[in-house]
Amino acid sequence: MEPRIGVYICHCGTNIAGRINTEEVVKYASTLPYVTIAKDYKFMCSDPGQKLIIDDIKEHKLNRVVVASCSPTMHEPTFRRTCQQGGLNPYLFQMANIREHCSWVTEDEGSATNKAKALVAGAVYKAMYLEPLEVKKVKINPNTLIVGAGIAGIQAALTIADSGHKVYLVEREPSIGGHMAQFDKTFPTLDCAACILTPKMVQVGQHKNIKLFTYSEVLEVSGYVGNFKVKILKKARYVDPDKCTGCGECALKCPIKVPSEFDEKLGMRRAIYKPFAQGVPNVYTIDKERCTKLLKDKCGLCEKICPPGAIDFKQTDEIIEVSVGVIILATGFQLFDASQMPQYGYGRLDNVLSSLEFERLCSANGPTGGEILLKDGTKPKSVGILHCIGSRDDRFHPYCSRVCCMYSLKFAHLIKDKIGAGVYQFYIDMRCFGKGYEEFYNRLLEEGVHFVRGKAAEVTDFAVYKGEEGKLIVRCEDTAIGAIRRIPLDMVILANALEAREDAKEVARIFSINTGADGFFIERHPKLAPVSTTTDGVFIAGCCQGNKDIPDVVAQGGAVAAEALSLIDRGEVEIEPYTAVINEELCSGCKTCIELCPYSAIEFDEEKKVSVVNDALCKGCGTCVAACPSGAATAQHFTDKQIFSQIEGVLA
Amino acid sequence: MKYTYYPGCSLETSSKSYSDSALAVSELLGVELIELEDWNCCGATVYLSYEELISFTLCARNLALAEKYDRDIAVPCSSCYTSLKKTSSYIQENAELRDKISQALQTANLKYKGKVEIKHLLEVYVNDVGLDGIKSSVKRELKGLKVAPYYGCQIVRPAHGFDDPENPTSLDKLTEALGATPVYYPNKTSCCGSSLVATNEELAFRMQRDLLLCAAQNGAEVIITVCPLCHMALDAYQKKVGKMYGFNFKIPVLHFTQLMGLAFGVSSKKLGIKTGLVPLNKALSVYI
Repeated sequence: MEPRIGVYICHCGTNIAGRINTEEVVKYASTLPYVTIAKDYKFMCSDPGQKLIIDDIKEHKLNRVVVASCSPTMHEPTFRRTCQQGGLNPYLFQMANIREHCSWVTEDEGSATNKAKALVAGAVYKAMYLEPLEVKKVKINPNTLIVGAGIAGIQAALTIADSGHKVYLVEREPSIGGHMAQFDKTFPTLDCAACILTPKMVQVGQHKNIKLFTYSEVLEVSGYVGNFKVKILKKARYVDPDKCTGCGECALKCPIKVPSEFDEKLGMRRAIYKPFAQGVPNVYTIDKERCTKLLKDKCGLCEKICPPGAIDFKQTDEIIEVSVGVIILATGFQLFDASQMPQYGYGRLDNVLSSLEFERLCSANGPTGGEILLKDGTKPKSVGILHCIGSRDDRFHPYCSRVCCMYSLKFAHLIKDKIGAGVYQFYIDMRCFGKGYEEFYNRLLEEGVHFVRGKAAEVTDFAVYKGEEGKLIVRCEDTAIGAIRRIPLDMVILANALEAREDAKEVARIFSINTGADGFFIERHPKLAPVSTTTDGVFIAGCCQGNKDIPDVVAQGGAVAAEALSLIDRGEVEIEPYTAVINEELCSGCKTCIELCPYSAIEFDEEKKVSVVNDALCKGCGTCVAACPSGAATAQHFTDKQIFSQIEGVLA
Repeated sequence: MKYTYYPGCSLETSSKSYSDSALAVSELLGVELIELEDWNCCGATVYLSYEELISFTLCARNLALAEKYDRDIAVPCSSCYTSLKKTSSYIQENAELRDKISQALQTANLKYKGKVEIKHLLEVYVNDVGLDGIKSSVKRELKGLKVAPYYGCQIVRPAHGFDDPENPTSLDKLTEALGATPVYYPNKTSCCGSSLVATNEELAFRMQRDLLLCAAQNGAEVIITVCPLCHMALDAYQKKVGKMYGFNFKIPVLHFTQLMGLAFGVSSKKLGIKTGLVPLNKALSVYI
């Protein structure tokens, strides 16, 4: 059937018409091949504008529509719907962007009009070869996988599970809780972290819709939105979780002492352990790197004394496969290792602590039972808190970690409250942006904390002046008074940056998402799609997306649950038909495309010896089309024929 | 390995032992140092604080002369090193400065295109020759000798040089390669105060006191320097500073090339070991 094209030029108020002579463009468009009718209108996206198109489709028997207006991001879906209402396949529509690409960026009216003509001609020439495409619908598996059971993952899991849907929650550590479980108090309200977190942890452990996999990791993900298959590695804990009552007799008897990861190595745990008393699940785990029974077949004491007989040294790693429709990543952050900045003496000088170490020191269930003590067991009389260690520093992380100013204030308050020591804050800027945060800062000013404006240059134990002997001396430029200062202190706490986890890139690869320059996972849109990713059905929440405090993390945990539920309740998803297709007749089976496909969307059909595109996974990027040596791959809606014709149109 | 050698003024006079030991050590490592013909002062000490443009122009002349050869420049003095490096990067970044300097060079029929790489001798040894190359030249390991590697403030500036500006380690690694033990002391990059001796003696001596005390407290038996000015400050004034502050110790100060020479089996006479003003101590005498 011969193309009959309708062309519509939008004024967009004065946005377009203020710079482009639309009348002239209309006149030009009518001279283009196959153009049946060309019109202009004030706002094409308005109801009357759309009606214009619908009526013309019927009256002039149009079978292609071109609208020259704004960027397709916003209104391409609008005009596609319009075409559909007029009885036309929505993919027989072509848009020309004469606003962002033309009127807004071209100063001269003549040039702008000429450019608009070229863009319209390109669209018309492409439209000649447009083909109707069908939208595919896929059913959605209503189960959700959540990776990471810190506060973000917990919040999302509970929200989804409460709505009646099944959640598989995977956590790498033997207990859920994440970093928040290590904290003492939370800013600025000073409620106890454990008091608000542990009830949620218990709920997760008992929820009938949550299947918990602790001490487990995701190995492999295949499939696409609505239909993912996930392989989970369940590491052997050498304890039968169904029998273990969590009584802890085993840990009392175990002779092997190991620095406790949960206590940031300030305290000890045993080779058979639960990271902390309130850990969920209430099951012990044997550290196979340290257990002498597993290493050298010596000891086995725990097995002998375990009252319910839960120890099982024959247990092996298991791989479990689950099917889910939605995936949520909430894998969190890691703390910047301050030994990379030796000028602060971390790891070399006693009593220089990382922020998490101090959290444990402060915590009632920590190694000192919440007493703030120096290495020699005495109480510090003065404490310095050094801000921005690894943050706002081009050598490490140019970003602000967003939580350090506030937790530093919290530390200052706890120190004042518990031992009344003098506290010095060494800061660049105080960033107290959240609800109640500035008020908390003001409160600390009242409490008599010293604020020294200047990033600390060095922590040294080299005494120069009287009174410095045996102290940690913080050297800094106090920019508020314009002087170099040396302040002798008993304890120094570093406000370490939060950073992306070491294996974030590897995790991103497994889930086909991306990491940014800062190492964190990238969201689809920083403002309008903050928990979505470029892979449909895969969402992110919490600090794995970027640094944030607990209120923001919990908000994202909720947001991501809403996104997941919205997908699940829709029941099916539409998949854009902009995919690649491989012509079986032409494919030589060289597999070049399979190697190159960034979305792992191409499989090899061993029977026919040809590559086949899985159109649910294909994003239509065109890599395979460009690479295919036999020209067997075509990108639908962006065929060579269409694109060359569009170029011809622009140059016409 | 061939380098254009830019000795700088100090090595011609007060720090002749640095020059002698550097040449001896380089020869053993297969590093050929070919002195730049007709070189001039880098302008570091006086001009840089008085009139930067003159200092940069003086440096640019040296760079222009060196550009005639397809070789990197090797510089033993940290002040010269930082002046030359600063000049080279400023010329690249600042078009106005570039034009002014080009004009000045033109009157002497010279031109600088910015293609010369400037390296400190320490960088040449540690990075170009490599630690393995150094280790294999060692004839007598300096076992047990506790060495304070002193970097000074200039070799780590401008940043993005060959070592970490906050925590340089190249000299520590070189010390280890010689079989000696580098001691950690927090002041290894603080200024020696040498440029203040003429203008603010009290402050300069206080800085030297801090440095010497810090090295001594951490168990150093010898301090090694990578700059003739640091060497001068710590060696020539040590007696005076010690008297002022009542020290009960003396630490010999060596150019790092002298320590290398000792490990390589070069005669201490050739290395000028005894030209230092602080007398040698027991720990060091073993190797003389």
